[in-house]
Amino acid sequence: MVGGGGGSVGGGLLENANPLIYERSGERPVTAGEEDEQVPDSIDAREIFDLIRSINDPEHPLTLEELNVVEQVRVQVSDPESTVAVAFTPTIPHCSMATLIGLSIKVKLLRSLPQRFKMDVHITPGTHASEHAVNKQLADKERVAAALENTHLLEVVNQCLSARS
Amino acid sequence: MAAATALEAVAPTGALWGLVQDFVMGQQEGPADQVAADVKSGSYTVLQVVEALGSSLENPEPRTRARGVQLLSQVLLQCHSLLLEKEVVHLILFYENRLKDHHLVIPSVLQGLRALSLCVALPPGLAVSVLKAIFQEVHVQSLPQVDRHTVYNIITNFMRTREEGPFVEELFEVTSCYFPIDFTPPPNDPHGIQREDLILSLRAVLASTPRFAEFLLPLLIEKVDSELLSAKLDSLQTLNACCAVYGQKELKDFLPSLWASVRREVFQTASERVEAEGLAALNSLTACLSRSVLRADAEDLLDSFLSNILQDCRHHLCEPDMKLVWPSAKLLQAAAGASARACDHITSNVLPLLLEQFHKHSQSNQRRTILEMILGFLKLQHKWSYEDKDERPLSGFKDQLCSLIFMALTDASTQLQLVGIRTLTVLGAQPDLLSPGDLELAVGHLYRLSFLEEDSQSCRGAALEASGTLASLYPVAFSSHLVPKLAEELCVEESDMARGCGPTKCSRHLRCLQALSAISTHPSIVQETLPLLLQHLCQMNKGNMAAGTSEVIAVCQSLQQVAEKCQRDPESCWYFHQTAIPCLLSLAVQASMPEKEHSFLKKVLLEDEVLAAMVSVIGTATTHLSPDLAARSVAHIVPLFLDGNVSFLPENSFPGRFQPFQDGSSGQRRLVALLMAFVCSLPRNVEIPQLNQLMRELLELSCCHNCPFSSTAAAKCFAGLLNKHPAGQQLDEFLQLAMDKVEAGLSSGPYRSQAFTLLLWITKALLLRYHPLSSCLTDRLMGLLSDPELGPAAADGFSLLMSDCTDVLTRAGHAEVRLMFRQRFFTDNVPALVRGFHAAPQDVKPNYLKGLSHVLNRLPKPVLLPELPTLLSLLLEALSCPDSVVQLSTLSCLQPLLLEAPQVMSLHVDTLVTKFLNLSSSPSMAVRIAALQCMHALTRLPTPVLLPYKPQVIRALAKPLDDKKRLVRKEAVLARGEWFLLGSPGS
Repeated sequence: MVGGGGGSVGGGLLENANPLIYERSGERPVTAGEEDEQVPDSIDAREIFDLIRSINDPEHPLTLEELNVVEQVRVQVSDPESTVAVAFTPTIPHCSMATLIGLSIKVKLLRSLPQRFKMDVHITPGTHASEHAVNKQLADKERVAAALENTHLLEVVNQCLSARS
Repeated sequence: MAAATALEAVAPTGALWGLVQDFVMGQQEGPADQVAADVKSGSYTVLQVVEALGSSLENPEPRTRARGVQLLSQVLLQCHSLLLEKEVVHLILFYENRLKDHHLVIPSVLQGLRALSLCVALPPGLAVSVLKAIFQEVHVQSLPQVDRHTVYNIITNFMRTREEGPFVEELFEVTSCYFPIDFTPPPNDPHGIQREDLILSLRAVLASTPRFAEFLLPLLIEKVDSELLSAKLDSLQTLNACCAVYGQKELKDFLPSLWASVRREVFQTASERVEAEGLAALNSLTACLSRSVLRADAEDLLDSFLSNILQDCRHHLCEPDMKLVWPSAKLLQAAAGASARACDHITSNVLPLLLEQFHKHSQSNQRRTILEMILGFLKLQHKWSYEDKDERPLSGFKDQLCSLIFMALTDASTQLQLVGIRTLTVLGAQPDLLSPGDLELAVGHLYRLSFLEEDSQSCRGAALEASGTLASLYPVAFSSHLVPKLAEELCVEESDMARGCGPTKCSRHLRCLQALSAISTHPSIVQETLPLLLQHLCQMNKGNMAAGTSEVIAVCQSLQQVAEKCQRDPESCWYFHQTAIPCLLSLAVQASMPEKEHSFLKKVLLEDEVLAAMVSVIGTATTHLSPDLAARSVAHIVPLFLDGNVSFLPENSFPGRFQPFQDGSSGQRRLVALLMAFVCSLPRNVEIPQLNQLMRELLELSCCHNCPFSSTAAAKCFAGLLNKHPAGQQLDEFLQLAMDKVEAGLSSGPYRSQAFTLLLWITKALLLRYHPLSSCLTDRLMGLLSDPELGPAAADGFSLLMSDCTDVLTRAGHAEVRLMFRQRFFTDNVPALVRGFHAAPQDVKPNYLKGLSHVLNRLPKPVLLPELPTLLSLLLEALSCPDSVVQLSTLSCLQPLLLEAPQVMSLHVDTLVTKFLNLSSSPSMAVRIAALQCMHALTRLPTPVLLPYKPQVIRALAKPLDDKKRLVRKEAVLARGEWFLLGSPGS
């Protein structure tokens, strides 16, 4: 699924050694409504963003949020209709990690959202050379499932999803 | 005669000969110590031992020779201090020669040389000769571990006398071959040697002398580049250690490579530890270059080294969005932090650049990054003090810095404002830098930020904190430019309030109070702010303005904060006490008077929360008084409450008498809480007048039936005094009175609940000071757990016993609180609680569980861990208890145990998984959250134990992902994410 076997992760030269970095948003402040037993809190864009913003980039010791790969404005969610759409923006148009990043976001959402949700993870239009091909792979359930059977890929995805020590 | 002497000489030598034979041929170990002891006591000389050994040392059998040398070496190890220089020379010649012997003999030879290396009488040059012989005859690297250790000991011993000269390279070779240490202690290692011990010992050797530099530095440069994290860290730390003994000479040739390595690591690393060690190494390198004493003709390398760093880093500072901006700034700051000279050099280069960049970039977030870097450089200035004002590197930049900070403070971005505030604080802390004009502007900005800006809470907090810090340094600026504005604000409020301007007015009011307390950091300011606050309270009382409960509480909180700030300075402390306390008491007594027309405040002042706020002001204003001043105050306040003597109060013409303990109104009785706040905060050695009467009155009031607030205050006050009272007859009398009161009340009738409260507080007072009676009182409490009426209250009482109070029985209030009282309570009472639980009828069992939960919850976890096996089954049973308080407390008790004792807990994995999952759908949100946190903590158990449950748990945790509460979903996501990673590659 990921081109070139992904062998360059963790060693060798970085594709983009001095990338632009962005500020991390703080923890979501807890509101009185959230502490009230009775009031239901719907799943909103910030909640989805909080799920994915701390995913580690496969190349840099930075999060997807710090690299601006994911942004809250690019998250669309409807709790009543059980749909989520996340667009992500690779740091450079030829980023070979795009599929891997998309896969990490997808897996994080699969593990964290109720089953009723239908999720769509795609590249922000016009930001990657092989946008169409990557989107197609991410939308293909069978390919995603097969990718997660691949021990090496699963290992990299799990590393992206592990809490930073 | 002559024959007799000869006989005497022969006899001990004969004994010696026997001992030697036993050791060498008889393979007994004891004789060695015997011989050594005899040599020490002077029975024979070392020479005689050598003579007695004679034949064994020349024996053709290597084992026998080895035994012979071993004996001699063991004797020498114990007696080396007795050796004469001549003997040492002979022995060293002998041992050097023996190094050529069979390999079986070598270990004992090395031991002998080790003994000789310890000799004080070692003639010069012999160390060199010994080392030469060792390196020539023995291949040290291939010796067994024990013998290599001996060689290193010999080297270390000689190193003390600095004779390593001719052998630097050999010594370096035999030690550096271990670098970097890669050692994992074997399981059940009896020596308990840790990897870290070896790393530190080796580092001590490698960094012991500058002579190793030419060999060690290339090795370190190579190893910093290693793939292994531990090797990188070890290399950087060793470099750091070397800088302590190296000078410019040693570093000279390697500086470019060292800088390149450090820079590469800090730029590229993902590890904070590597970054920190890299920065520390750079700091030490710079410090080393800074302190090197130069010859007249030598070039000062510091300047060229720093220029190198600047050249490689400065351009990154101009890209405030890019990843390398911070690593570059940190490198420059690490170097600048090494010495005043380095700081000067770097600051004078970097500050103009950053000031220029700030103006070049217009976006707030870029400006923030630049200002944060400036802040980092300014902070370093504090490390050096400059004698001469003109020499201070910041003087020339002061105006530019001020205008830049003021720009930041007026920016729309809160983040930039926050950095601006921090920078202002750091700049203000530079002595004699800011002019009165700068300060006036700064105070104006802080006033605006802490007062006028509407939206940002965090910014206001930071501005208030900065005001406090700066006010302590520049009280005049704040007195003249801020206090008048705040005073005006309070007055404006009063006339405006009538027009009913609503909630924004209230919040302005609150901010004004916060600002007044925040700047009360200097005695001269307190003398202005305290009267303002008290006057404001009196104005409210006179009915000049409408005031709600929350407003009065806000004034009290503000007073309490001022009192806290006054604690540092004894004079301010007394000023506050003698000004504020009579005023507060006067207002309260006024409010408690029976009167037809009640002003609004009168009712408010007697409310529970308002009195609690006043209690904390009085307590804070009393704890730090010196005993003689406290005695002056107590002589007024106790008679006020016992005799109604109001003469010391500032406004004391009241319509009636003040008799809280006699038949005064219930309002008057409530004021006993204020008496409690005062007497329970006094230093222990302050004598309380009319104590006997006071204690009796308090006991009476504690069982008065119609006002729980007053009776509890009286019980707490009684307990607080009891705790501090010295042991003796009077204490026993008080206790007897109290117990009679408690028992009479508990037996039956309308006072049961009051008597219980009294019992609880007395128990706590005695428990804290380890009084012998406390165990008897605890038993009484435990008995009440099965009382149908008081059982639940008794269970909650355990929480009170174990927790820290805020108003009475506090360490700050000079109460006698033993450090380990919780542990002691646990040890003394938990077995009884457990027995009680098993024996209790079903309907009261939850009371025991709840009591136990409270005890366990408050206990330091290390104390709890060893008790776990006996308690765990009870805790697991508590998880099935329907009481959500018990569930919550049990979950919060189990959660840390899962983290700290995974092995013990894994025996119960089946029960834990089932019960936690059950509780994750509890109706109580707090229980659901705690249960999911426990599910998360479960992942710390050994993976093989958990794997069988993984599919089931992942399925079950899908449900709380759809919980209606966001806080629950958050925990479910964390827990489920961790369960997915279990046993999966890459985790």
